[in-house]
Amino acid sequence: MSSQTWAYTSNALVYSTIIVLAFSLLAFAADLAVGTGRKRADAAKLRRASLARQGGNGARGVGAAVLTSASPEAPADERWARVGVSLTTLAATLVVGGVVARGVSAQRPPWGNMYEFTITAVATMLVIWVGMLPRRPDWRDLGIVVVLFNLLLLGVAVLVLYTESAQLVPALKSYWLWIHVSAAIIASSVFAVGSLASVLYLFAERYERRATSLSRGGLLDALGARLPASDQLDKVAYQTIAFAFPLWFFAVVAGAVWAEDAWGRYWGWDPKEVWSFVTLVVYAAYLHARATAGWRGRPAAIIAIVGLAAFLFSYFGVNIFFVGLHSYGGA
Amino acid sequence: MPADQLNALTNLPSDRAPTRQPTLGVIGALRWMWRQLTSMRTALILLFLLALGSVPGSVFPQRGASPLRVGEYLQDHQTIGPWLDRLGLFDVYASSWFAAIYLLLMLSLAGCIVPRCFHYARNLRSVPPATPRNLARMPEHRTFTTTATDGEVIDAAYAWLRGARFRLRPAAASATAPDSVAAEKGYLHEVGNLVFHVSLLVLLVGVAWGSWLGYRGTVVIVEGEGFANTLTQYDDFVPGRGFSTGLLAPFSFTMDEFDAKFLEDGPNRGQPDQYTADVTYREDLEADLQTDRIEVNNPLGVNGTKVFLLGHGYAPVFTVRDGDGDVVFSGAVPALPQDAAFTSETVVKVPDAQPEQLGFNVTVAPTAPDKVDPATGPASIFPEANDPRVYLGAWAGDLGVNSGVPQNVYQLDSSAMEQLGRKDLGVGETWTLPDGRGSITFDGLSEFANVQVAYDPGRWLALVAAVAAMVGVSLSLLVRRRRVWVRATTDSEGRTLVEVAGLAQTEWAALAREVDAVEAALPGAPKAVKEQT
Ligand code: HEM
Repeated sequence: MSSQTWAYTSNALVYSTIIVLAFSLLAFAADLAVGTGRKRADAAKLRRASLARQGGNGARGVGAAVLTSASPEAPADERWARVGVSLTTLAATLVVGGVVARGVSAQRPPWGNMYEFTITAVATMLVIWVGMLPRRPDWRDLGIVVVLFNLLLLGVAVLVLYTESAQLVPALKSYWLWIHVSAAIIASSVFAVGSLASVLYLFAERYERRATSLSRGGLLDALGARLPASDQLDKVAYQTIAFAFPLWFFAVVAGAVWAEDAWGRYWGWDPKEVWSFVTLVVYAAYLHARATAGWRGRPAAIIAIVGLAAFLFSYFGVNIFFVGLHSYGGA
Repeated sequence: MPADQLNALTNLPSDRAPTRQPTLGVIGALRWMWRQLTSMRTALILLFLLALGSVPGSVFPQRGASPLRVGEYLQDHQTIGPWLDRLGLFDVYASSWFAAIYLLLMLSLAGCIVPRCFHYARNLRSVPPATPRNLARMPEHRTFTTTATDGEVIDAAYAWLRGARFRLRPAAASATAPDSVAAEKGYLHEVGNLVFHVSLLVLLVGVAWGSWLGYRGTVVIVEGEGFANTLTQYDDFVPGRGFSTGLLAPFSFTMDEFDAKFLEDGPNRGQPDQYTADVTYREDLEADLQTDRIEVNNPLGVNGTKVFLLGHGYAPVFTVRDGDGDVVFSGAVPALPQDAAFTSETVVKVPDAQPEQLGFNVTVAPTAPDKVDPATGPASIFPEANDPRVYLGAWAGDLGVNSGVPQNVYQLDSSAMEQLGRKDLGVGETWTLPDGRGSITFDGLSEFANVQVAYDPGRWLALVAAVAAMVGVSLSLLVRRRRVWVRATTDSEGRTLVEVAGLAQTEWAALAREVDAVEAALPGAPKAVKEQT
């Protein structure tokens, strides 16, 4: 096959991924709507476990309230969740194929521009998520946010970032590119999973906080009722972010080493550097918050979400927004 | 409560919540301030300020990176610009408020970490505390009964835990509970944390050292020309505050050949492919000549000073004769690229020409178009020098070079000059100027490179610190300090009741598995260990 054909194959695979992910999103949505019994039962079990751990502390009356409202014998309706996982597995396979085809077409690792970074990040995130499911069944509850997030990423990639498959500009011809970019892609994919878990945490925590009040009802509570226990989500967030942090640190240092070779300074505070630094500092703040009394829980989760926002800005904002800024002088 | 246990495990008031104390005068106030400064909450707030404080540096143009853009910004925003300037927003990373944030953070860090180091050193020799009475409150807890004696269970526990490199509470020390084993592991967590935070301090020292004694300069060098590392040779030079000329390494080099390659076909035709510069250099006046090739991402290193390619362009070579037939100018003139196809512009000034001074506006097209569009002027169609052509406008009169006002070398002040005409030349062609003013010959197209010379003596320290920080933070986040206990008691019926429990400092998914492994190693343990959430 010619380079052109490979490029078309890659595009077709990426488009197929989008379609499959869209169906997967529907399946997870259906699961949220239908799978109430199982989720309640699971959540109640987890809450009971955490309650036991807390030694029946009165402050956790929440758990008790949920317990009474749950029906542990409710038949588990997992069909939609399973469909969602299967479709996401298919999507992961397709997008990995898309990335590989892109690499074959350009005859280099497919990490030369924003479009390629994005499809690689989507592939990484989906593979990590699907791959972790056998070991961490509780990650399945992240399905809907993970799928939604990646669907949005692919949408932006295809509509905004798309570039023809081509060779690299000289500045990118360095083995540091592969080291730096692969570390950054993996770290940011894992960060994203952690921060998305923090998003869900906020909903679950809100539900639990209000569980005893009479004002329950509405969409948010309905969502909260179907989510796993908040401390479970908090744990997932912490463990993923703690894993990604050293990797992101490494990606930034590798970038600095490369910059030192390419531009003669290892750190020059250009917008990309500024925002990767901001991302690093915000996630460091998250880890500190987790270790500080009074900042655990909601404040920490909000910091994790700010971290993801900072990362997304360093990724999209800097390239899209600040390129525009460059032209202010001429205007 | 496990929470108390956790604190006992950390053994540290990691968040020393500022308690209100009776005022103790100045010393008391100082102590209070120090407490505040070194609390985790302050660290958290300072981290936020650091993140927030670095943002404006990406929003506003910065003097260090692009002084020209700062000037333009100030021109365009006459009211708000000076205010932003006063707040240091065009020099964020050198501003005093930014320095205040990171210095406070570093002070807070030192105040936080130094006591922790002492604490840790003391901790190193301590033994795990005795087994708590109620193991059922631990986050991981298993029980089973066995026909093995309690002594066998305890021996097996000792053997396994020792093999797994746990630190064990010596049997003799546990006078109150001879029926149990207390073990602890994961001290590297704390080491990692300390190494990480100390490395951040060292990293800052490395950065500061480099920017204090280092320098950066740029210079345009045409193929075939040379460069010696002295101040006068630089077009632009940015020294650190502690810089002295003695820090300039006495090297010199000649750029023998410069080559820029561009993609010849495909969708990105004309995109740069590779730049290379072949150089001959000497480390100092006495040293032997050596050769090297500088590429993008591959600088020339001479005794810690590095020479980089930043950019490049074309330099047309001209010979100018005046009305008397004398050669009054001969050489290459670097031209500023205007577009991706390297249509470039420059001027040639010939102050020595007789009877009048001569000046030329030059547009260079490395690959000339078949036809020039009269509306847009000449424009190159490919960035490589496949068919070079120059488009000249000639002027005679007073160049104004002797007026004392510094002149831009890329601009011709034609206010006191008269235009002689326009003409375009291929390589080797000559244009004889009207009225016996002389002639200009386009001898060929040379290339020039924009070269940066950089010296940063702190960069090794910064790199070592960064690597240490990376190792430290990985240890700190991947290794968990945890305690494991095994207790064996004999019940009224003579069976041995075994309890296995574990506690980790922070959430650690593998704790359950580790406690399972301890349990499985004990005699009479239930074979199938159920998976726990
Ligand atoms: C440049 C600033 C800083 C960065 C990037 C940073 C980063 C980090 C990171 C990533 C961790 C996580 C390690 C872990 O959870 O075990 C951590 C932990 C910690 N940091 Fe910092 N830190 C900074 C400044 C400070 C300061 C100023 C203090 C003291 C006031 C401090 C005190 C601590 C402590 C006590 C821990 C351990 C928390 C625990 O026991 O889990 N850090 N830091």
